[in-house]
Amino acid sequence: MDWKRFGFIALIITVLFGVVVMVGQVKQPPLLIITSMLATTIAVATPLTLGALSGVYCERAGVVNIGIEGMMLTAAFFGWLGAIYMFHIFGLAAGISIALGVFFAIITGGLMALLHAMLSITFKVDQIIGGTVINILAIGLTGFLNRQLFFGKGSVFGGSVPSSPGVLPTIHIPITELFTSICGSSEVCLQNVQAINRVFDQKPIAMGAILLVFLSHYILFNTKWGLRTRAVGEHPKAADTVGINVSKMRYANVVIGGMFAGLAGAYFTIESVPSFEPMLTNGRGFISLAAMIFGNWTPIGAWAAALVFGASQALLINMQIYRDVIPPNWAFLQESYIVGLTPYILTMFILTGIIGKTTPPAADGVPYEK
Amino acid sequence: MTEPNIVLEAKGITKQFPGVLANDNVNFDLRKGEIHALLGENGAGKSTLMNLLYGLHNPDKGEIKVNGKIATILSPNDSIALGIGMVHQHFMLIPVFTVAENVMLGDETVKNGSLDRATVAAKINEISKQYGLDVDPNALVGPLPVGIQQRVEIVKTLYRNAEIVILDEPTAVLTPQEAEDLFRIMRDLTARGVSIIFITHKLKEVLAVADRITVMRAGRVINTVNPAETDSAQLANMMVGRQVILTVDKEDHEAATEILKVEGLSVRDQRDLETVHNVSFTVRGGEVLGIAGVQGNGQTELSEALTGLRSPTAGKVTIDGKDLTGKRPRVITEAGLGHIPEDRQRHGLVLSYSVADNMALCDYYRAPFSSRGVIQPKALDENARKLISAFDVRTPSPFVNAGKLSGGNQQKVIVARELSRENVKLVIANQPTRGLDVGSIEYIHSEIIKMRDRGVAVLLISAELDEIMALSDRIAVMYRGQIVAVVEAKKTTREQLGLWMAGAHVETAQ
Repeated sequence: MDWKRFGFIALIITVLFGVVVMVGQVKQPPLLIITSMLATTIAVATPLTLGALSGVYCERAGVVNIGIEGMMLTAAFFGWLGAIYMFHIFGLAAGISIALGVFFAIITGGLMALLHAMLSITFKVDQIIGGTVINILAIGLTGFLNRQLFFGKGSVFGGSVPSSPGVLPTIHIPITELFTSICGSSEVCLQNVQAINRVFDQKPIAMGAILLVFLSHYILFNTKWGLRTRAVGEHPKAADTVGINVSKMRYANVVIGGMFAGLAGAYFTIESVPSFEPMLTNGRGFISLAAMIFGNWTPIGAWAAALVFGASQALLINMQIYRDVIPPNWAFLQESYIVGLTPYILTMFILTGIIGKTTPPAADGVPYEK
Repeated sequence: MTEPNIVLEAKGITKQFPGVLANDNVNFDLRKGEIHALLGENGAGKSTLMNLLYGLHNPDKGEIKVNGKIATILSPNDSIALGIGMVHQHFMLIPVFTVAENVMLGDETVKNGSLDRATVAAKINEISKQYGLDVDPNALVGPLPVGIQQRVEIVKTLYRNAEIVILDEPTAVLTPQEAEDLFRIMRDLTARGVSIIFITHKLKEVLAVADRITVMRAGRVINTVNPAETDSAQLANMMVGRQVILTVDKEDHEAATEILKVEGLSVRDQRDLETVHNVSFTVRGGEVLGIAGVQGNGQTELSEALTGLRSPTAGKVTIDGKDLTGKRPRVITEAGLGHIPEDRQRHGLVLSYSVADNMALCDYYRAPFSSRGVIQPKALDENARKLISAFDVRTPSPFVNAGKLSGGNQQKVIVARELSRENVKLVIANQPTRGLDVGSIEYIHSEIIKMRDRGVAVLLISAELDEIMALSDRIAVMYRGQIVAVVEAKKTTREQLGLWMAGAHVETAQ
């Protein structure tokens, strides 16, 4: 990642935030708008961040993964389904059911990735085809089971979708409490601190994703595991000649990547909203790939790029909040389907390579033949 | 009983690949502190034997002893543990890693969970100093010159405490001076007790550095000899299995009028870097102009610009007085160019087409091969049969896919097509014998000289100095995209050319 790229990301985010501040300032003070935008951006960027990390692990090890979308979707379904089963059938407490749901989602992502690893590493199937298989399988499997388990004949749930045990709670970071004595009796001070506090009050997967970004960056560039992972993705034969098991490294990284996609899936049905609908990932797996590419296959870069997409989604959400105060000459911002296009247009724009070319790992997508 | 000073011994090694017996009951031994050369043509089984010793493949039969003990080598991990290191012909280095990262890969030093780059760098500096290798542990490998990259490979083996080092065709990518440096390093290593297996097909080098020479042919060991008791001719006979003429028979020949004229030519490569700057030269009918130079000094782009595969950014190219700058390949071909391209499989042949189709690639659209836009199979067939016998192409039939032939025969198909056309005035041959066996080299050299004797202008581009010296009437040396010297072939020496190739400053002589 070069500074030009980070500069570009900062510019786009500033522009997107600027639009919201301009429109919304008649209703709310700018600081409040900015912090609420930031909080939303970080939250909605979560699945993109995790999806991009998933791609970084797979592709740094030399396996192209366009099946992230499918892995996320399957994980979202089975995580949610697992939570419901634990809650309704096994009668576990809601909190434990939700936690187990996250666990199931991660395992599901890992298993889907294992299938991709087998196709692309052992059977040397074209990796684009393998990824497509994963995506199609995910849509079919989740759609079918969703219908069969809840609305099919003899369904244990008796023909309706039961209520889910709920979603993960927000973790409150006590910044406001810390500042209460400092602010003293100043009302403005306290309001500002509260506004800023909102940025840090995130749910566990969103928080975890950010920690995982930095952890992954460190692992990839400063540990033995990372060195070997990058080696098998750049020049597998060189790795082989110094005694590194190329297949094993690739398998492990693809499965780890799948688990990240699984956690991203859990975000949709266990952290964001407690329900599942067919094809709910809606292309976010593919946008993750764009973020990974724009981030030049580095975790921190990919995260920064995911934030751009998060900001464009936050724009859509906020335009709906401020719908009634949009000035007449900005009327197009009222049309949610136009604003909703922003992430997709950004994807195309970013992938044209307008901010300079990125370089994939040299052996990305190439099966290793001894 | 093994002699005490034998560090490595292979007995009765047999390895079968689908369709080829790559090693047939091979015996080989290596003494402590010697340089043992393994000589043979491509496909003789040298690399297979080394891959077996290094654990990249496993033998079907036979045993390997290291320091007198039977060793089971199933993977490179085993051989590394036994103190065997290998420097591969195509370097096993990761360009985006630093020297230290490349060296430690697979044998990492870790402190508190992270890579301990400082300790590794210190150890590399120590090895580097001890053996005079001069490598910087913190440099990125990608931009380093090949000679230095090779040293990184050697450091890699020493870092793992290798006592037996296998060098697979190490001089193929080096200038003569870099090769001299390598030989010095090899002698330094043996003086400190390291034993070296040196794989090559270059006779001169073997005679210069080896303590013993083992010759392989068709998967078998032919003989092991001492360099003092043999000479190039005898070694070549053992390699090829018949009498080989090592020198090219070439009579003095009067050069005629100018055919190819290049003026101020500049070319950019695909990364948009100018790899040929302001190059001018001429080639006359009946002479061979050899362009010497280490690979990657602009020869590829130069030949692409001359043959129409790449547009020059400046300058002028004329063939027999006709301006052909930046014209399409077909126009240039019709003006009388015969082109033997650098990469025969990518630019010379369509591998999935038959030999007959490949032999008509330049003229398929004209009579007699085409009539009113329809290909005439009979004419293609007749042409192919004629050329196959005239150029001694070993193929089961004209209908076999070109991809099925051996490298030497593939090259003969190209040579037959390009040199047999009637109006050829200029031949551009880029690396015409790269990777070929001695027999095919001999044949292709004689065909090139035949063309010259018929009054055709020949531009020969080659990284093999011996080839340039043997065939050329005049020699131009290319260095960093420029022609740094043009000399009469008879008035120069290998050493002088080597200096120019390495970039020593020179006055342009002509």
